[in-house]
Amino acid sequence: MKGPFLSGAEIFFECLKREKVEVVFGYPGGAVLKLYEKLYDVDFLKHILVRHEQGATHMAEGYAKASGKTGVVLVTSGPGATNTVTGIADAYMDSVPIVVFTGQVPTHLIGNDAFQEADIVGITRPITKHNFLVRDVHELATIIKKAFFIASTGRPGPVLVDLPKDVINSLCEFDYPEKIELRGYKPTLLGHQNQIKKAADIIRNAKRLLFYVGGGVIMSGGDRELRLLAKENNIPITMTLQGLGAFPMTESQSLGMLGMHGTYWANQAVNNCDVLVSLGARFDDRVTGKVDAFAPGAYKIHVDIDPTCIDKNVIVDLPIVGDVKHVMAELAAEITSPPDLDDWWTQIEKWKEECPLTFENNDGKLRTQYVLDRLNEFTKGEAVIVTDVGQHQMWTAQFYKFNHPRSHITSGGLGTMGFSVPAAIGAAFAIKDRPVISISGDGGFQMNIQELTTAVYNKLPVKFIIINNSFLGMVRQWQELFHAEKYSFTDLGDSNPDFCKVGEAFGLKSYSTTKPEDVDPILEEAFSINDGPVLIEFKVEKEDMVFPIIPSGATLKEMMTKRLDPKEMT
Amino acid sequence: MKHTISVLVENQFGTFNRVVTMFSGKGFNVHSLSIGETETAEISRMTIVTEGEEKIIEQVVKQLNRLIDTIKVVDLTAQPRVERELALITIYYQKGNRADIVSVCEIFRGNVVDINNKTITLEITGPPDKIDAAINVLEAYGIKEMARSGTVALKRGEQTKADKKELVQKNNLQV
Ligand SMILES: Cc1ncc(C[n+]2csc(CCOP(=O)(O)OP(=O)(O)O)c2C)c(N)n1
Repeated sequence: MKGPFLSGAEIFFECLKREKVEVVFGYPGGAVLKLYEKLYDVDFLKHILVRHEQGATHMAEGYAKASGKTGVVLVTSGPGATNTVTGIADAYMDSVPIVVFTGQVPTHLIGNDAFQEADIVGITRPITKHNFLVRDVHELATIIKKAFFIASTGRPGPVLVDLPKDVINSLCEFDYPEKIELRGYKPTLLGHQNQIKKAADIIRNAKRLLFYVGGGVIMSGGDRELRLLAKENNIPITMTLQGLGAFPMTESQSLGMLGMHGTYWANQAVNNCDVLVSLGARFDDRVTGKVDAFAPGAYKIHVDIDPTCIDKNVIVDLPIVGDVKHVMAELAAEITSPPDLDDWWTQIEKWKEECPLTFENNDGKLRTQYVLDRLNEFTKGEAVIVTDVGQHQMWTAQFYKFNHPRSHITSGGLGTMGFSVPAAIGAAFAIKDRPVISISGDGGFQMNIQELTTAVYNKLPVKFIIINNSFLGMVRQWQELFHAEKYSFTDLGDSNPDFCKVGEAFGLKSYSTTKPEDVDPILEEAFSINDGPVLIEFKVEKEDMVFPIIPSGATLKEMMTKRLDPKEMT
Repeated sequence: MKHTISVLVENQFGTFNRVVTMFSGKGFNVHSLSIGETETAEISRMTIVTEGEEKIIEQVVKQLNRLIDTIKVVDLTAQPRVERELALITIYYQKGNRADIVSVCEIFRGNVVDINNKTITLEITGPPDKIDAAINVLEAYGIKEMARSGTVALKRGEQTKADKKELVQKNNLQV
């Protein structure tokens, strides 16, 4: 006999303990009653009762993105499980390590359309890195160990473990495997030596070099290696939405974000560089626009831990498969003399002056950009900002100067409205020494609004900011630009609730204003409250648009930098 | 161009589905797909015949590799290999042509596996193009039903053994 006889439920928590899980976001139900029975007496972890299972998955994501640890979710079968699907898909697209445990009907009822049965393993197969149905309690410990290992290593991602009720109820001796063997899963960590040498050579001789940095650098914990490599060699850096903060944005070497809503100068740099080094980024279509016109003249080096990312969208000249942190450290060691980029920098500075990021600031109207400017000033770029999806998300990426990795948390790949409120709550369980700020539009805020309860109940000092433009702003912008100004179902003005009253009903101290001069005093007051969440509604200009914008699938030539005169529009 | 890809996978619940889901999710073509046991109980071999440009095939191989349950992926297309497929073909016969049908079957080294007063069923094995050729000829007689197994393939020669040994050693398998 190897270990004590335990029930599946006891084994479950023993495993979580060994995986050093601190917090579980969950919601009970019939299929997981036994687990909740056991949980009642568990004291080594915190269980956070959410108000909707989608909220649980986004909280786990927020927690994981802020801390670098694996987020954990526990829900019941059927509707509990299907409610997690959006969050799982989101985590899959943005490579977030979460493990989702779902209850399931007893094994002998699987396939019988039993009460609250859903084939969640089948449903989530294409949106998980891997998933498991535990069919025997003897497999339980090994599968949980595998789940955490798979979620957190290589290119991270969500793993789902389906737990039939009888498995949880039955007994077996408990033996947590020290090591597991997955012969089909061995992520490559070290880049190929010769490829790295070759890359170093090319970088050293580049004239117009650009680093294109993605979320992979943050996930690998490689921000220090990046800083070292970039500073030593005075390399210009542009970041993707998920990469923001990998390199301090207040430093002059940062060109800000690239892509559809990227800065003019970052996109010009992409377009004109002679060597483009992609670090932990995946050439997403929101970044590349028209693929053939993306960095057309550049020798492209692509470092990524996931081989499927290489040559998927853009064919590169030199692929390096490996952990980007290791590869950057080796590159830094190999590049003995820095490239001469003086002329290139002069050119970039010119582009910066040609088309800076600006906004109208003197007409007495409240604008999102102004709010972000003030927020940046007020928090000195030290906050953890969790955005939703839409215009406010892009403006945040443009105007807030993220100085640290894991400070900018957003739904990039899937673009999930309703992400910010729960993800900020999740982040607040990981981050205690810096403010956590959720920023949503008036549309997205209402998509997981129920989680305000979770924030209030747990006394989390999250600042929930609503940028209320009375529109589904980003969609409205596309309607104006590309859909004949048919503002079809995007005007929320008549139907929005009074957000302050909503906030107060949930138990949050709530503020609202339409005036720029109120912004500072409100921030001052709201940020002095630290024993619970606050809500701040900024009623901003209704029809502002995010510029610059490169239309979907277009090239830099088609970049719009300001609203066109209606007379010039065709 | 058609590619024959051999994939060793964990013989586990859901593995087959995972591969199929990946193919449909990524929009890859599947011409045929077969799965069966190998010399090692916990490993199955899938043989997938797919079609696409080089770039697509490269992605197919990478995506297959990325699945946690795949142990080894080999594109056999450019390698010396043995490929076989089995077809069962049921044909309506008339008094006058039964012998003809049987002789076609013999030419293709097939077997007659069933016969009644209306139909005759042939079993033909061989590389897929041989099966195509047989069907081509037999179509003239009126094919009632047909079932093709999909291709199975192995790399030729000694290498297969070496690979196995390597695999066995690498993974400490008991054989
Ligand atoms: C769940 C979901 N549904 C629909 C969309 C499509 N969509 C993208 S942005 C957007 C508008 C968001 O409006 P709002 O939350 O008010 O933010 P704003 O753009 O005004 O800042 C919509 C509807 C989405 N991204 N996610």
